[in-house]
Amino acid sequence: MTRNLRTALLGSAFVVFMGGLGFASVPLYRMFCEVTGLNGTTQRGVAAPGGTGKSIRVAFDSNTAPGLGWEFKPEQRVETIDIGARDMAFYVATNNAGKPVTGSATFNVTPVTAGKYFAKIQCFCFNQQTLKPGETVRMPVIYYVDPAILTDPDTKDIREITLSYTFYPVDSGKTAS
Amino acid sequence: MSDTAVAHAAHDAHAHHDADHKPGFFVRWFLSTNHKDIGTLYLIFAIFAGIIGGGISGLMRMELAAPGIQYLPHWLEALHGSATFDESLHFWNVLITAHGLIMVFFMVMPAMIGGFGNWFVPIMIGAPDMAFPRMNNISFWLLIPAFTLLLASPFVGIGAGTGWTVYAPLSTYGEPGPSVDMAILSLHLAGASSILGAINFITTIFNMRAPGMTLHKMPLFVWSVLVTAFLLLLSLPVLAAAITMLLTDRKFGTAFYDPAAGGDPVLYQHLFWFFGHPEVYIMILPGFGIVSQIVSTFSRKPVFGYLGMAYAMVAIGVVGFVVWAHHMFTTGMSVQVKMYFTAATMVIAVPTGIKIFSWIATMWGGSMSFKTPMVWAIGFIFMFTVGGVTGVVLANGGVDDYMQDTYYVVAHFHYVLSLGAVFGLFAGFYYWFPKMSGKMYSEVLGQLHFWLFFIGVNVLFFPMHFLGLQGMPRRYPDFPDAYAYWNHIASLGYVIMLAGVAVFFWNLIQSLLAGRQAEGNPWGEGATTLEWTLSSPPPFHQFETLPVIDDAKAH
Repeated sequence: MTRNLRTALLGSAFVVFMGGLGFASVPLYRMFCEVTGLNGTTQRGVAAPGGTGKSIRVAFDSNTAPGLGWEFKPEQRVETIDIGARDMAFYVATNNAGKPVTGSATFNVTPVTAGKYFAKIQCFCFNQQTLKPGETVRMPVIYYVDPAILTDPDTKDIREITLSYTFYPVDSGKTAS
Repeated sequence: MSDTAVAHAAHDAHAHHDADHKPGFFVRWFLSTNHKDIGTLYLIFAIFAGIIGGGISGLMRMELAAPGIQYLPHWLEALHGSATFDESLHFWNVLITAHGLIMVFFMVMPAMIGGFGNWFVPIMIGAPDMAFPRMNNISFWLLIPAFTLLLASPFVGIGAGTGWTVYAPLSTYGEPGPSVDMAILSLHLAGASSILGAINFITTIFNMRAPGMTLHKMPLFVWSVLVTAFLLLLSLPVLAAAITMLLTDRKFGTAFYDPAAGGDPVLYQHLFWFFGHPEVYIMILPGFGIVSQIVSTFSRKPVFGYLGMAYAMVAIGVVGFVVWAHHMFTTGMSVQVKMYFTAATMVIAVPTGIKIFSWIATMWGGSMSFKTPMVWAIGFIFMFTVGGVTGVVLANGGVDDYMQDTYYVVAHFHYVLSLGAVFGLFAGFYYWFPKMSGKMYSEVLGQLHFWLFFIGVNVLFFPMHFLGLQGMPRRYPDFPDAYAYWNHIASLGYVIMLAGVAVFFWNLIQSLLAGRQAEGNPWGEGATTLEWTLSSPPPFHQFETLPVIDDAKAH
């Protein structure tokens, strides 16, 4: 192998590596968001640490993508909860589309810095939901706010966290990346 | 690095037999493997693309000269036969997209890297040609279908109106139709062309230097192309990955950037700017190299702080890879992340400052002559500094929340690119025109070109700072009356600049047809790099016997 060919192959290896990194960034980015709570990505929790006696307001927001044909809203708009304690909220969805529709919900919290401290134990957003025509379901989300939110300088002044969901129709043609 | 090797003029080496034997027209220009011919092809291509991209900016300044929509519907009717008002507004997006993509991928990059890089990197390091001459030819000819795809896209659909950044979700489901697909494919091909070129330059510079031409004796232009080639090599594959995923999202039902199925459109911005920020250095670094050669030549002094200059470029290249999110300050970042990207961005001002001050120190006490290439180089330094200062302003995450997507940003990146990179291009063009063509240009016309262009672009772009600070957003064909005054002045500036460009073409044609024969070294003792040891134009094959670089006189 000549010197030129060796240099060129080394260069190509760089290209392949960086190109691979480009595609690998898809799972890497998701992992990064989940670990750091970037962009208000919420955490998954197993058990709540227990109430601290300090309170914070949680607002519930709901959106549907165009063409879903569902009515989707929280049972209560705002709740004041005990930081660290386990809480439950309900969302109600009704399928007005006249045919069975499967949807899945994306979610985040704002301020986005609070994502790291907002943990869900159980959520309807973990699975796809299929609603028959005219069917109404009450869907729970069980969550807690991590008491560490009180010590992080970025988040200690937060008085209200908004938890937002957007339901999208699950397009059978689309596969999750 | 300036005075290597003059003493070892290579005249005697190439004077004999068929060094100047040229193949026939078709083989020479269509199957070309000669780095100088390919460099010429790149330059012709870049001038052609520059006329189109610059013409589009003329259309844009025409529409923006006064409030209201005056011309867009007529232009679109001329193109498609009929136009609704909404389609006319979309046509504006098509124009800004085409202007950006053409100027970045089909004007500045081909001229800087493909044109001057191909012409002078092999000569400056004493090599007979590029390492892979046929791959060099492929690099050039990939640009032709790439450019054709982009130019044809508004004729097969409504045109690609995504902006040069092609952000998702606008580009994934916001604009269906073949136009955006063609623009994306065009980017793929242009990227492939640049990657092949980068591998070629790296191999050439690492392996084909003449005896005695160590890395630390290479002219700064060669250093700049080497750093640029590495930036291309590391950043373009990421763009390729990002836009491939765009295509599969558009066409094959994936959802990399579609939140409905678990994707994230912000990921596209991260990938794009991981490429996009190094890309701006790809466009400007060869300009740094050109200006270093010119300032040294016309000050009759070696470049001040040669090693500092070379490693400043390396530092700019390295740091350029870790600042990308300053393009995304408003996508919702925590204060810490913003702080990091603000600080890292400002760090780039340090090596850039080293370069600016070293150029000034090179001129200091030099025996300066203000020939056309030199005034363009000084113009470059001035303009790039202005653009650099507004860059430091925009680097502040908090300030950027206010400035983002205003004309202040437009002013900033046109000062560093349209005025920085383009001034570098014109400086290099006048500097090397006698060498490439064998004809002298007209000094009077060159100076006239400079002053018209300099005044024109400043009248054109400086008012954009005011418009931006007053809150005028980018990417709209219309604006409230409050912005009319400075927009009108900016459009007048375009006309002055256009007059300058006309003088350039006048000079170009007159010089090619009736220019005085240029001697091997028209610039005198200040011009010390190897290309000035050859005849003008150089023989078809130079350095059949490799020149030996004297190591007693390091830069």
